[in-house]
Amino acid sequence: MALAAEKQDRNLLSKIAAGDGHGENSSYFDGWKAYEENPFHPIHRPDGVIQMGLAENQLCGDLMRKWILEHPEASICTSEGVNQFSDIAIFQDYHGLSEFRQAVAKFMEKTRNNKVKFDPNRIVMSGGATGAHETVAFCLANPGDGFLVPTPYYPGFDRDLRWRTGVNLVPVTCHSSDGFKITVEALEDAYEKARESNISVKGLLITNPSNPLGTTLDRECLKSLVNFTNDKGIHLIADEIYAATTFGQSKFISVAEVIEEIPNCDRDLIHIVYSLSKDMGLPGLRVGIIYSYNDRVVHIARKMSSFGLVSSQTQHLIAKMLSDEDFVDEFIRESKLRLAARHTEITTGLDGLGIGWLKAKAGLFLWMDLRNLLKTATFDSETELWRVIVHKVKLNVSPGGSFHCHEPGWFRVCFANMDQKTMETALERIRVFTSQLEEESLNRNKPMVATTIMAKKKKKCWQSSLRLSFNDTRRFEDGFFSPHSPVPPSPLVRAQT
Amino acid sequence: MKQLSTKVTSNGHGQDSSYFLGWEEYEKNPYDEIKNPNGIIQMGLAENQLCFDLIESWLAKNPDAASLKRNGQSIFRELALFQDYHGMPEFKKAMAEFMEEIRGNRVTFDPKKIVLAAGSTSANETLMFCLAEPGDAFLLPTPYYPGFDRDLKWRTGAEIVPIHCSSSNGFQITESALQQAYQQAQKLDLKVKGVLVTNPSNPLGTALTRRELNLLVDFITSKNIHLISDEIYSGTMFGFEQFISVMDVLKDKKLENTEVSKRVHVVYSLSKDLGLPGFRVGAIYSNDEMVVSAATKMSSFGLVSSQTQYLLSALLSDKKFTSQYLEENQKRLKSRQKRLVSGLESAGITCLRSNAGLFCWVDMRHLLDTNTFEAELDLWKKIVYNVKLNISPGSSCHCTEPGWFRVCFANMSEDTLDLALKRLKTFVESTDCGRMISRSSHERLKSLRKKTVSNWVFRVSWTDRVPDER
Repeated sequence: MALAAEKQDRNLLSKIAAGDGHGENSSYFDGWKAYEENPFHPIHRPDGVIQMGLAENQLCGDLMRKWILEHPEASICTSEGVNQFSDIAIFQDYHGLSEFRQAVAKFMEKTRNNKVKFDPNRIVMSGGATGAHETVAFCLANPGDGFLVPTPYYPGFDRDLRWRTGVNLVPVTCHSSDGFKITVEALEDAYEKARESNISVKGLLITNPSNPLGTTLDRECLKSLVNFTNDKGIHLIADEIYAATTFGQSKFISVAEVIEEIPNCDRDLIHIVYSLSKDMGLPGLRVGIIYSYNDRVVHIARKMSSFGLVSSQTQHLIAKMLSDEDFVDEFIRESKLRLAARHTEITTGLDGLGIGWLKAKAGLFLWMDLRNLLKTATFDSETELWRVIVHKVKLNVSPGGSFHCHEPGWFRVCFANMDQKTMETALERIRVFTSQLEEESLNRNKPMVATTIMAKKKKKCWQSSLRLSFNDTRRFEDGFFSPHSPVPPSPLVRAQT
Repeated sequence: MKQLSTKVTSNGHGQDSSYFLGWEEYEKNPYDEIKNPNGIIQMGLAENQLCFDLIESWLAKNPDAASLKRNGQSIFRELALFQDYHGMPEFKKAMAEFMEEIRGNRVTFDPKKIVLAAGSTSANETLMFCLAEPGDAFLLPTPYYPGFDRDLKWRTGAEIVPIHCSSSNGFQITESALQQAYQQAQKLDLKVKGVLVTNPSNPLGTALTRRELNLLVDFITSKNIHLISDEIYSGTMFGFEQFISVMDVLKDKKLENTEVSKRVHVVYSLSKDLGLPGFRVGAIYSNDEMVVSAATKMSSFGLVSSQTQYLLSALLSDKKFTSQYLEENQKRLKSRQKRLVSGLESAGITCLRSNAGLFCWVDMRHLLDTNTFEAELDLWKKIVYNVKLNISPGSSCHCTEPGWFRVCFANMSEDTLDLALKRLKTFVESTDCGRMISRSSHERLKSLRKKTVSNWVFRVSWTDRVPDER
């Protein structure tokens, strides 16, 4: 009876609503459940699951907080700022506050080392980068068309680019053998495959710096991508939301910089997606940006932005904050230093344990190589290992399969969404885990085979058919994704659905 | 151009309609009391600017909420990270209670059934994505808010089939109009998925009567389709009548927790009642778990900024504030509406008797050269360019009869309103019709008033109304 009723219910809803195109049944979201049932807290829940699946930048919250407290005029609600309350409260112009656009344009220039200028009139607001991607897809493609996307890629793209738009994603396979570079060969291959499936390719979407790899594209590669897309007459969408998360000596090169060096570049095909969620650590404020060199796209995307404008209260705050150039310079500088320090800490720890990671100098995560710990080089094995890591080691990391990685055994591990102590605890748990595995292997008295290819210091040898003795075979139901703030004691997220 | 989607190359955004063209003219030459006293006065903007002082004084008394603090401690860091698409629990609770208060606490709203959206623009589009396939249709009574052409159809591929309402009965929805619209959809080979009404109505400024609401619920029950009730003006009801929500009707018909109730969805927003359109706070309320679940995931494309959620949850949780605000808001709206209506009357112009909203539905049929939409557009152009008032022509709202205009009254100062009325009166008197009016103004107004009374009488449902003063 209930089943029949549900079936009837599904018929009353659209296919979009009744189906699972939202992508939340992917394993990327499964680990959240384990975390939410038992979230780590240094005092209240020291055995809880540590959230390492959330790409958030929490390292400079103190600087942000200090600025907010010192600048009450940036709020339209305080006595210092309330004289602007009514003007801002009624402001729903989809062009956005001009001071907001100017400040964002300036910030985008700073995060690209002032190598390129951005025109505030090309800045279009959106509901976070999530909203930006969907809007760009609506503008550039019809249902059934496709975008090429290099793998591995952010799982949210399956929802953002495809769900309500009806657009397809065509993977461009990248391999660990060359550091997951995007080759023209792979692009041509994917393009051809799409053609054979009767999918009209409308564009190429790259994330630079990459999520989940943390790598940045060099000048030559970017040029080759611009040339490839120009030659084919398709769009190039560059998601640059991690632009300011480069650390160390590495410099971020934007596609905006590269097109200046390509004569006869068809700029109508070039678009950038940006956001303040990662660089500034402000995902809650929902500041997404589409920057297009195509006038028509700017014009129409702006009309579509009605479906996801940035709250004028937030526009006002951000305009004030990003206009404070001293603060911005200090913030970017400090953020990069802290990210670099955190990255060094975790990679040093992993090196010491013989765990490999992809060389990268950006992002809020690293791409960890656990291929040598797989029973077999299969995604089933990867999932099994992942379950052990979540339930026994109590770390929520994200399995490479959920990022559509071509090869099993890679995991994305976030490191910027926790404090120092939690980071140390996580490393300690990994140390314990690896030493337990070593003990197991020794106990079995079998020869060990070196398979780690990127560890710098101590090399550990693992038998390729090492059995994991943890017999946790608990299966997850499809996860109900709810990305709560990872700060467990926060009263804001205490109530659950 | 073939490199862009058809959504870009077509005019599906609907912004070539005259509704938006008037805005463009206004923006080129906006009225300012000091800087541009001969500019165009904006009367095409349904905004509530009458009660900011109440909110501002609340802010002064509530420094913690105003400066994103809790117990004196900044919680900015937590807000900065809060992106949970379920929304802040205390905010949804406050929204639910506010919605209940507006409905006289006669019905309850469960915060868990609320889905937040970036304004009602986004809420309406999201509901369409959830309930309709491309090519499916929703029936809408005319005249309706021009933005629906974009919000409901543009990116969703859904269609709108009009339910024709006429001035002969005060534009009320009738059974035959509903049936006709349904049949028209079938003729066009469109699958009807539901009916969408705005209650109180934009552009009419009237609340649906109980009779109409009952009719709608019966209709969707028999056809097994959805009903979306866009109630974003529910807090602007200023008449003697109380606002009747579709939720009231479900309760009175004992349809709560039935299959029918799962097909009734309410859209809300704080843009009109609280006058905060810039903050982009919209909501979907649905009794259908699957709709709530899908819409919640879709809200990722347009979440409400956490700093806005925090501020407004504090504001709306203050029950003393909300009850004072609602009462004062209604008083000021009523007084403003009266000012517009009497000013129009002195120019020999009547409007549909309204009891809600931020605008009046004004009858200028007698000022048309001919009873055509071309004449309506001519008149509109004169009013925009010569009289320098941006008002919205009925054709942009898909009205089936030429000569009606929506005129907003809550988005300007009293002085500006008076000036606008003065300009209009001057214009009317300068036309042939105007001269006729001034000669026999008394007779004409008497007969117009009679007509107005009968419109009003028709709209009132005697079972639950207190007759207005006369």
